[in-house]
This record gives sequence, C-alpha cells and structure tokens, in this order.
Amino acid sequence: MATVVTDPNAAPAVHYLNWRKTVASWLFSLDHKRIAILYLISISVFFFVGGLLAAAFRLELLTPEGDLMQADTYNRYFTLHGVVMIFFFLIPSIPAVLGNFLIPLMIGAKDVAFPKLNLASWYVYMIGGTLGVLVLVTGGVDTGWTFYSPLSTTYANTNVFLAAMAAFVTGFSSILTGLNFLVTIHTMRAPGLTWFRLPLFIWAHYATSIIQVLATPVVAIAIFLIAIERVWGVGVFDPALGGDPILFQHLFWFYSHPAVYIMILPGMGVISEVIACNARNRIFGYPFIAFSSVAIAIVGFLVWGHHMFVSGQAMYSSLVFSVLTMLVAVPSAIKIFNWVGTLYRGNIVWTAPMLYAMGFLGLFAIGGGTGLFLGVTGTDIHLHDTYFVVAHFHYVMVGGAVMAYLAGLHFWWPKITGRLYNHLLGKLSAIIVFIGFNATFFPQFLLGMQGMPRRYHSYREEWQLLNIFSTSGAMILGIGFLLPVLYFTWSLVFGRRAGANPWGAKGLEWEKASSPPSPHNFDHDPVVTEEAYAYTGREQLSV
Amino acid sequence: MIDFRVLPEKASTFAESVDPLYWFLILFVGGFFLVVCAVVLYWGVKYRQRPEEDRPSYHPHAIKLEIAWTVVLVIIALGIFVWGSVLFFRAYDAPDDALEISVMGKQWMWKIRHPNGMRETNELHVPVDTPVRLTMTSQDVIHSFFIPAFRLKQDVLPAKYTTMWFKATKTGEYPLFCAEYCGTEHSTMGGRVFVMEPEAYAAWLRGEGGGEAPDDVLAAGRRLYDRLGCAACHTAGVENRGPLLEGIHGTTVEMTTGETVVVNDEYLRESILNPSYRVVKGYAPLMPSYKNQLEDEELMNLIAYIKSLPKQQVAIAEVK
Repeated sequence: MATVVTDPNAAPAVHYLNWRKTVASWLFSLDHKRIAILYLISISVFFFVGGLLAAAFRLELLTPEGDLMQADTYNRYFTLHGVVMIFFFLIPSIPAVLGNFLIPLMIGAKDVAFPKLNLASWYVYMIGGTLGVLVLVTGGVDTGWTFYSPLSTTYANTNVFLAAMAAFVTGFSSILTGLNFLVTIHTMRAPGLTWFRLPLFIWAHYATSIIQVLATPVVAIAIFLIAIERVWGVGVFDPALGGDPILFQHLFWFYSHPAVYIMILPGMGVISEVIACNARNRIFGYPFIAFSSVAIAIVGFLVWGHHMFVSGQAMYSSLVFSVLTMLVAVPSAIKIFNWVGTLYRGNIVWTAPMLYAMGFLGLFAIGGGTGLFLGVTGTDIHLHDTYFVVAHFHYVMVGGAVMAYLAGLHFWWPKITGRLYNHLLGKLSAIIVFIGFNATFFPQFLLGMQGMPRRYHSYREEWQLLNIFSTSGAMILGIGFLLPVLYFTWSLVFGRRAGANPWGAKGLEWEKASSPPSPHNFDHDPVVTEEAYAYTGREQLSV
Repeated sequence: MIDFRVLPEKASTFAESVDPLYWFLILFVGGFFLVVCAVVLYWGVKYRQRPEEDRPSYHPHAIKLEIAWTVVLVIIALGIFVWGSVLFFRAYDAPDDALEISVMGKQWMWKIRHPNGMRETNELHVPVDTPVRLTMTSQDVIHSFFIPAFRLKQDVLPAKYTTMWFKATKTGEYPLFCAEYCGTEHSTMGGRVFVMEPEAYAAWLRGEGGGEAPDDVLAAGRRLYDRLGCAACHTAGVENRGPLLEGIHGTTVEMTTGETVVVNDEYLRESILNPSYRVVKGYAPLMPSYKNQLEDEELMNLIAYIKSLPKQQVAIAEVK
C-alpha cells in the first residue's frame, strides 16, 4: 500500500523533542511522548540504584561468613533492592515508558485520553520515588519487600512507615496510568482500527491495565493497614493485638501475584511486535496470543494462594490455588508456541532487538517452567522460600520483563530519538546480558534445590562455589546493562539519522509518523485499512 | 573432590516419594527449553532473509494445531497437579500413633520439647523409622521450620499451632533452617536434626546424651489442670456444664452453630483462650477465658495432658 509520508528518511525540522526547549516545557508537558521520556529517565535512575544494591549484597555472598557487611545492612539492602526494583522500576517500566510513548502512536491518536492525568501520574510516581529515596537516606527498611506482619508492624526498628507510604503513593501512579490506557484504547482508535487489527502490544497493555486498576487498590489498603497498625497500634494483622498475620499475606498476594503479570504482560506485547517485524511474518495465531493475555489477566487474579502453601493456609485452599496455577501456565506456553511458530517460513533478520527477543523466549521458557515446581503443592514444600524461588522469579522478571524492555528500547529507540545506535554493540550487549544473566541465576536454582533459604546473610560452606558463580555472573550482567547506556547516550549526539522506518516494520508508528514523531504525532489523521503485521517478506532493513 | 548433588540427601519417607516428581519436572522443563532453543536456532538459520530468495510471508490458519496444543498442555498441567497433590495430601495426613514433639520458634532460635519433658535448643533428636509429629508455635514473628533432607517445611506462627509430620528413614545428622525471613539474625536461626536408632533415642531421652533436665510435660500439664480447676466443670456427673475431655482429642464434635469441628490442638487452644468462639452443641458459653493467664509453654503442657486423658468407662457408659 502507498504511504504518504513526505521523504520518510529526512528528520523533520520540528519534532516533539525540539519544538520547545525550556525545562518547564518538559516538566509541565502534556505530550505523552515527553512524559514517556520523563519516566525513562526516572526509572533508569532507580534501576541503577537497585542494581548497585544487588551488586553490594552479591559481593557479601562471595563468602559463607557474613564478613563484608553487618546482618542488618544486608537485610536492608535486599529489602530496598526488592522495593526499588518492583515498585519503582519493573511496574512502571514497559507501560509507563514504551506504553506511554507508543499506545497513541500505534492506535493513530494524538495523545492519551487524559493528558493531564498522565502528567499527574508521573508526579505521583516522583513523590513516591522521593519518599523511597528518603527511606534510603534515613537508614533503610529491613522487612523484606513483602512487609510480612508481625515482623513489619511490631518487631522491625526501621523506617517501615515511610517505606509503606512510598509504595502506597506509587501505587496510585500505576492505577491512574492503567485507567488512562483503558480509556485511550477504548475511545481513541483510528478509523478502521478494529479490535482484531490492533497490534498485540495494545492487547497486552489492555490486559495489564485491567490488573493495575483492579488489583493495586488492594495492596494500597494492605500497606495502609500495616502503617496504621504500626503507628497507632490498631490490631489488624498482629495476633498480639488480636489480628491475623495470614490475612495480611492474602491481601498482599492478592495484588502482588497479579503484579507479576503487570510486569510480564507488557513484555509479551513487546515480544510479539519485535518477533513479527524481524521474521517479516504475520504473527502465528493472533487471536490466541491476544486472548491468552486476557486469560492470564483474569485467571491471574485467582492464584495468589500459591505463595502460601506452607503458611498455615487450609490444605484444600492450597489444592484449589494449585490447580488454578497449573491452568494459568497454559496461556503462557501457548504464547511461546505461537512466537516460535511465527519464525516458520519467515524472512528472519537478526537484529539487536531480535536477539533480545530470542533471549527472552529461552529465559521465559525456563522462568515459566520452573514455576511448575512451585505451583505444584508437593514440590513447593521443599522449594518455598529457598533460592529456587529467587532464581525462578528473576528468570521471569529479568529474563522475561527486563529482556523484553531492552528488546523494546532497542526496537523503538530510532523512533523515540530519531537516531540509530551502534548496531554491533547492540547485538553484543544482548549476548552479554544473556550469558551474564544465566551465570547469575542458574546456580541459584541448584542452591535452592539443595535447600539454601533465601534472605540469608551467611550460609553453609558447601554452597560457596555456586555463590561464587552467581556473583561472577552478576558482574558480567552489570556490564551487559551498562553497555546500552553508553551507546544509547552516544547515539543521541553521534548516531546516524534513523529515518521513519529503519526496520521495515508495519504499524502506524512506523508507517505514518516521522522519527522522532511530530508534537502531535501525525500530519494527517491515519486511517487503517489492513490487518496488523501485514508483512510481505520483502521488507528491507536500513540500519 | 566436590560432592555435587542436585537434591540433598534424602532421609524421610516423604523425600523418597517426592524426589521422582522433581526429576520428572527437571526433565520436562529442561526438555521444553531445549526444544524451544533448537527450533529457534534451526528456523532462525533456515528462514533467515536472503537477497537471492523471494519467499512470500506465511499466513497461517492453524486452528486445529492451536486447539491440539492447548488440549495437550491442559492435560499435562492437570496430570502434574494430581501427582503433586497426592504427595501434598500425604504430607498433611499424620498417622495417629506419631510421636508428639513440640517446637517453639523465637528470634532467633528453635526450642524443642519431647514428650517426657526433655528440652533442647536448635537441635532435634528423633528416632528413625518412627512417625513424628511436630506441633509448632512462635513467640514473636513468623518463622518456618525447614529440614531439606526431609523435603519438608512449615511456617510457624505466633498465637496459632501448625503441625508437620515425618518419618525419618536414615540415621545421621541433617541441617535445620528457619526459612521465613524473621529479622536480623534470620540466617543463623537453625541447627541440626539427629536421626537415631530408637534405642539410642530412648537413652538420649533419659538424659544420657546431655540435654537439659527433663520436666515431664504430662506432670506439668496435670498440675495446671488441677490448679485451674478444669475438672470442676469437665467431669462426668456435673450437669451439662462442659463437655467431657477424656478421649475428646481427635474426635469430631458438633458446634452450637451446626458446624462440625475436629478437636485438635488448635481447637483446644482456642477453647481455652477464647471459649465462647465455638461452643460444643448442648452447652452454654459459660467458660471464662484463660487468655493472659498461661504462658505458651504452659498452654502446650495443658493441651498435652488433655490429649493424654484416656477414654474412661464412665464416658463410654454415658454415651451408651
């Protein structure tokens, strides 16, 4: 079909990055693209804070004795690592950066439905983030990111109240972003863009937004109750005050399990886009991928009790949660089959984002598969609260969500900035991250199998070798994460101009908008006349 | 020489029955991963874009294939669920004749008491080939009693009893951990489990292997029972004031609400501390609460004594 972009390879003279130049024009911008950049900068800062904390306690774990830091310090570091990475990096990562930037572009809209609310969400996030930084500088918190009562409400001597408030406030940012996306996707699609023509990235964000809106308030309530129990002694969870500690675990996991899907579903959306483009193929089983996202969002609400098989929860409850957990694994496996199937009879180009996406497939297969060990009641008893769990959720959260986020950043970087990064370095970083990641976390599966409990400051001598592997891997992984910072920054100044569509990709953001896009996204309101992913197999790369 | 094993030594009947499932899952997930990698690499090379080839893109309509793999996945998932659940059920279902040992967790140690009152800290001596049931509670935060060689763990909660049972199969010394993060010294809250020949255990119980002076649990429980005057109401002949306690443990009784309850340690505990919460049918909620009058340990002694009361002739006669 004929595209009507005037000279697609020339960078437009005026685009969203340069049309206004003051600091205020960024801090008070209502443009979804600029807000996405604000998020990109802020979550990157938190990612590196969380990463430094991890590097510090991995160094401590080089030796069985707790010699590098005190137990209290160690406990604060892993707690803050969890809080920072989950609440301030992973949950906003793909939705708030790539989702914010791309959803209006992909559906042919000028902006999200509520631009002011979108900016407000970023401010709410920053207030939460500032509280988080305050926790950090006022001595930290040592309850674990799970805030289990009565440890958190009665026994911990650290700044639990402030940490709880930081997570509480940040939750509202997530709720408001989800709400904004839901309304945007419902009401602002371009003419001709029916539900089954939507890119799967949009379906994934739709499913994610449902979870954000429905589940986040529950954890907000749970965390708030922790705070009032701690400060005013209102007995809710601590049995000494007449409360029930299991109740807290139910409320906490009712959000925190679906939160896993808040982190991974948008990643799945990214992977669908990247694989279809790089295989130059229509996605295999479009409706199955789309509906599996929705199925995961719905069934994902009903599996939280699998975190509590040994908590003292009734046996029959555990069995029900177990069977639902086994069923929620099915749509994830269906997605893997469909992504692999998309390669069949394609014209595959091995770009940096494609390498990241293939890394995602392998790591997510392991991350999802090891979830079976923990979803099955009989095998979870031994593995619960060991390093096996740590390895499992890092395979899903880092091997899955972070790999997908990096695949997405590498894929849309030319669109976001109008510049090409060094492609060879891009591929190299994908390979280093993959190797470093496996070296870090695969040994932790073995440690968990052997019975090493998580959150241990010192450990038995026979576990040292595997811990040395893990710490060495973490250093490689760190280099893999630093590389993109360098070549991305480099590309901003020295990178070649990208042109509107360097990958030869399908989709409104590539075919109808310049790189970087103009302040109002499109010169003419786009009309959609074909299915998503209408690749011919002859699209050429120009990177 | 590195002695490497994927799973630690197995030393309980549960470990023996659950280990095949671990190996099945390792092979299944490992196989799945390898197949995904192999196909990605094979197609990735075979179908890479080459300028000399003009291969039109592929537009699949593979509904049958989609349905087929969905059905196969559901069947496999349910199969694994059933396998694991049968084992789980077994881990819950303690034999009636199990040896009863009580465990108290506190920051950051495990306090253990044997039926004859023998105490130990951070060590647990048990006889081999004998079912053992642990009744556990915590004085402060949540802990978790974890013995990797037995493939078992159970959270230990404040103000509540949880139980765990096992039958050790091999004498030896095995590590014991706290698995639920419980504060500063969490990683040092552990110790050792000694599985002994029954004769050696009997000798150890008599104090021949060290340990603290035994204080007979039942004797201590009986003293409390007398001091608190439990028998004033819970005796045959006292008109309908309280149910007979002799032989009541392990039976199923009906509540005033119509609900039925199995009388276990947890229910006895609740009935002592919060008697009017669930009252046995046919009785009025007359009993006062003994909350804040009993230490956790005293409560355990009292319950142990009540459990030990044999079914008496009178009771049986009355039922007839």
